[in-house]
Amino acid sequence: MIHTFPNGGVHPAEDKFAAGSSIKALPVPETVIIPLSQHIGAPAEPLVKKGDKVKTGQLIAKSKGFVSANIHSSVTGTVKKIDNEPDSSGYKRTSVVIETEDDQWEEGIDTGTSIKKNITAGPEDIITRTLDAGIVGLGGATFPSHIKLSVPKGKKAEILIINGVECEPCLTSDHRLMLEKGEELLVGVSLIMKALNVTRALIGIENNKPDAISHLSRLAQDYDGITVKTLKVKYPQGGEKQLIKALINREVPSGGLPIDVGTVVHNVGTAYAVYEAVQKNKPLIERVVTVTGKGVERPSNFLVRIGTPVKTLIEAAGGIPGNTGKIVNGGPMMGKALNNIEVPVNKGTSGILIIPAPEAARKPVVNCVRCAKCVSACPMGLEPHLLMPATEFKKWDLAEEEKILDCMECGSCSYICPSGRPLLDYIRLGKSTVSKIIRSRKQ
Amino acid sequence: MSDIVIYSIITLGAMGAAAAIILFLVAKKFNVVEDPRIDLVEEELPAANCGGCGLPGCRAFAEALVKADDISELKCPVSSSEAMAKISEILGKEIPEPEPLVAVVRCAGTPANRPRNNIYDGTPKCSVASALYTGESNCPYGCLGLGDCVEACRFDAIHMNHETGLPEVTDELCTACNACVVECPRNIIELRKKNKKDRKIYVACINEEKGGVARKSCKVACIGCGKCVKACKFDAITMENNLAYIDPVKCKLCRKCAPECPTNAILEINFPVRKQKAGAQAQE
Amino acid sequence: MDKLITVSPSPHVYGDDTVKKLMYGVIYALLPAFLVSVYFFGIGALIVTAISVVSCVMFEYLIQKYMMKTEPSVSDGSAAVTGVLLAMNLPTNIPWWIIVIGALVAIGVGKMSFGGLGNNPFNPALVGRVFLFISFPVQMTSWPEPIVSRLQYTDAATGATPLGVIKEGLAAGVPMSRLAEQIPGYLDLFIGHLHGSMGEISALALLAGGIYMIARKIITWHIPVSIFCTVFLFTGILWLINPYDNADPVFHLITGGLVLGAVFMATDYATSPMTPKGMWIYGTGIGVITVAIRVYGAYPEGISFAILIMNSFVPLINKYVKPNRFGEEVKNG
Repeated sequence: MIHTFPNGGVHPAEDKFAAGSSIKALPVPETVIIPLSQHIGAPAEPLVKKGDKVKTGQLIAKSKGFVSANIHSSVTGTVKKIDNEPDSSGYKRTSVVIETEDDQWEEGIDTGTSIKKNITAGPEDIITRTLDAGIVGLGGATFPSHIKLSVPKGKKAEILIINGVECEPCLTSDHRLMLEKGEELLVGVSLIMKALNVTRALIGIENNKPDAISHLSRLAQDYDGITVKTLKVKYPQGGEKQLIKALINREVPSGGLPIDVGTVVHNVGTAYAVYEAVQKNKPLIERVVTVTGKGVERPSNFLVRIGTPVKTLIEAAGGIPGNTGKIVNGGPMMGKALNNIEVPVNKGTSGILIIPAPEAARKPVVNCVRCAKCVSACPMGLEPHLLMPATEFKKWDLAEEEKILDCMECGSCSYICPSGRPLLDYIRLGKSTVSKIIRSRKQ
Repeated sequence: MSDIVIYSIITLGAMGAAAAIILFLVAKKFNVVEDPRIDLVEEELPAANCGGCGLPGCRAFAEALVKADDISELKCPVSSSEAMAKISEILGKEIPEPEPLVAVVRCAGTPANRPRNNIYDGTPKCSVASALYTGESNCPYGCLGLGDCVEACRFDAIHMNHETGLPEVTDELCTACNACVVECPRNIIELRKKNKKDRKIYVACINEEKGGVARKSCKVACIGCGKCVKACKFDAITMENNLAYIDPVKCKLCRKCAPECPTNAILEINFPVRKQKAGAQAQE
Repeated sequence: MDKLITVSPSPHVYGDDTVKKLMYGVIYALLPAFLVSVYFFGIGALIVTAISVVSCVMFEYLIQKYMMKTEPSVSDGSAAVTGVLLAMNLPTNIPWWIIVIGALVAIGVGKMSFGGLGNNPFNPALVGRVFLFISFPVQMTSWPEPIVSRLQYTDAATGATPLGVIKEGLAAGVPMSRLAEQIPGYLDLFIGHLHGSMGEISALALLAGGIYMIARKIITWHIPVSIFCTVFLFTGILWLINPYDNADPVFHLITGGLVLGAVFMATDYATSPMTPKGMWIYGTGIGVITVAIRVYGAYPEGISFAILIMNSFVPLINKYVKPNRFGEEVKNG
């Protein structure tokens, strides 16, 4: 019996063109733009200044406050400037621009390829190493990982859940990582288990990746407490709350966190990064990024340095096809459309998707026919058809009452709507307004 | 036959009389004593219920006016000064003469001045687009041209010019109710002092980027060069964050600053055409 | 890149369904029932359907263009669906001008006066049908003889529906066992060899259409199944209590407009609830009212009224019956 979450969800075309191409390391780019805010929380504070020489893996910005993350240089070279550079939204954020000269790694970092299985670090060491290495949730949320590794007082973690679902269509970076770095990943999972002091870990993988399931299941036999679970394909199963529901049938309460039901969820990419940080002393300066799309010549999975311009990746995959309509940072359901391909890859970039022009256009908007498809598609049990007009006509009380803040912005409602209504556009606006109202009420 | 007529008249008449008595008694019993001045004041108000005063509608504002002892803090941005004078007469309270204001759009980023680098295909609302990205012009400060301000205006005073992609204010209709100012996610619209013949001089840009960056992307951006500050004899122009600002109260409309601006970011509106001499002088 | 790229908020892919596709899906689902009635009623079925569809589409076009001053959207197929459904609810020997009046009421009053597609609280086709039923009771209740009147239109020989036969018979004190001889056998009833409105005769063809719509995810199963269950249970209880004065539940299920109503009319998007729970309440209500009208009311048939009555409860159901909110009731285990 393979499980999935019970309510809602949609089945967009999978289009995983890059699933068969193995991870290829891209050459170190000529310049990198490293934003100081690649995570949720306060931007890091720069430790370098213009003209400084930095080495690969050197700490260049220190986390500021509890919810923040360290930033390391991903190349060896000279700091050209610390300035405002556009991020994927076009708005400018403080970034460190480094001109590459060489690729000399900071001392103490093990750049070898041998797998270190032997765990010597204690729970505290693991958390400290994760904090030092600037690891954030690599599934896309970019929440600083060390916070999720330290269980708050009064709460207890029972089960660790590892997210290998990759429910976003087109993206394959996690899939390839599970296939090619399975052993390292499992060591990483064991490390997170040790840090959290749990004895059980479940790796959830959707059944459209049978090779990854069998590969990891075989390897997991050597690791105590780690089980691979097959899940039925359904978007958005990679959502934390949906994954917990699908795997262990627990519902995270509205407004709550996974720890409220005794679990912690980490992405497979994060587990691998924890392995590298603890066992190899290597900070988070590179990640796997899928470059794909219908017109792309060579859909690929690249191992790229953080700060590499998106353009470089697209060129390595065969360049921008002539009929390109949209370039998306991330997957087709939750990714952000780019208006500039000079922007850098950051810690949260899981893929670059190129959508051909005919498919880039939205459907014309017609009247809501009240078909209730959005209600049945919503994985959070909300009523998008109600939330959209609530936002449109500024009925913030109604929106709050109808739990607009529970929306996880998965886009299932907009996807399914036969009238082409931009439900999520409005709900997102309503969410930010309602949370502003709630915040001002508390003050 | 006549019986029926008589009976119906009697019954209907009796029912009518009974209902009238009941209504009369109820009206007496539940009569709400209201200051009659509230109605009088409300009649003078514009009845647009725009909320520009900060209260929910004109009735609430009228109540507040009647209730408050000092009404100098209560301002209806929409009412004419005559109307306010009348109200002050009704209430016997002093109302200070308000300074007439008008909404001004501080962006000139037309497609010609600032080429578009993408096509926006989402919900046509500035608030949605602004939360997503910098907009079609890729200017993080510029007008998105999707018309949230037009929707917010209850007086039909602001319209989208589809050629320039920018909103335009009809000064005669603008009541300075502040609705568009609040609605604009980029804070481009400002209420400025209304001058004679609707003349105005203002910096039509709020870009705080460094000069080079601003100029590269937009032909009419304020680059923060400071020439206008030097040209102004009334200390009306200030420079902050690479951006010049003309204080509408201090500005004497002398027009010295506009020709100085290398990017033509200072707009002069409703002035007579500048004589050749004035231009030549400025260039010297 | 010479062209500008597009930017929009996520998601960047969309499902295949459009309103147009869904509406045409409903029309395809009605095809089997239409073909069956063409087989039994011949040209009458063709004439009635054609007039109904053409006048519905025409009225929608005219109203949108000249009264609402909007871009006509008749190509989305919703007016055509109303037209076909209205035709399905009419006897095939009905004069053409009555159909045109019905179409005007259905589209003009039932749909466009509320603002058009998606805003109507009542099923437009049913508004049209009930209007005609009350205004022209004679023409609306004289059903042509199947098969023999294939080549006749308004001059066809007529007869009563099985439900009408039973209603009148029971009112006259004739026991159920004698009445059963006057109505066609169950197989005939199921296939559609009986007196009745054009589209309601063949339960088999209608069910086939319903299964197609459920498979294509045009509708969900909740509403039809809840109506069938309620009608079956309610009439079953009555029949068990008194089999002499009550028809059996199977008879109730396959006669009259029950299948047509449950599958095609009650499931109309705009006029049915949004959540499965709400759909159960709605379907149960329709079932109870239908049986109540059939057994205790003045009319032999009650599904149209039942659906319209429950339509008026839909806003209330939508307000109080909410979907299962994720994380609201924490069930841990």
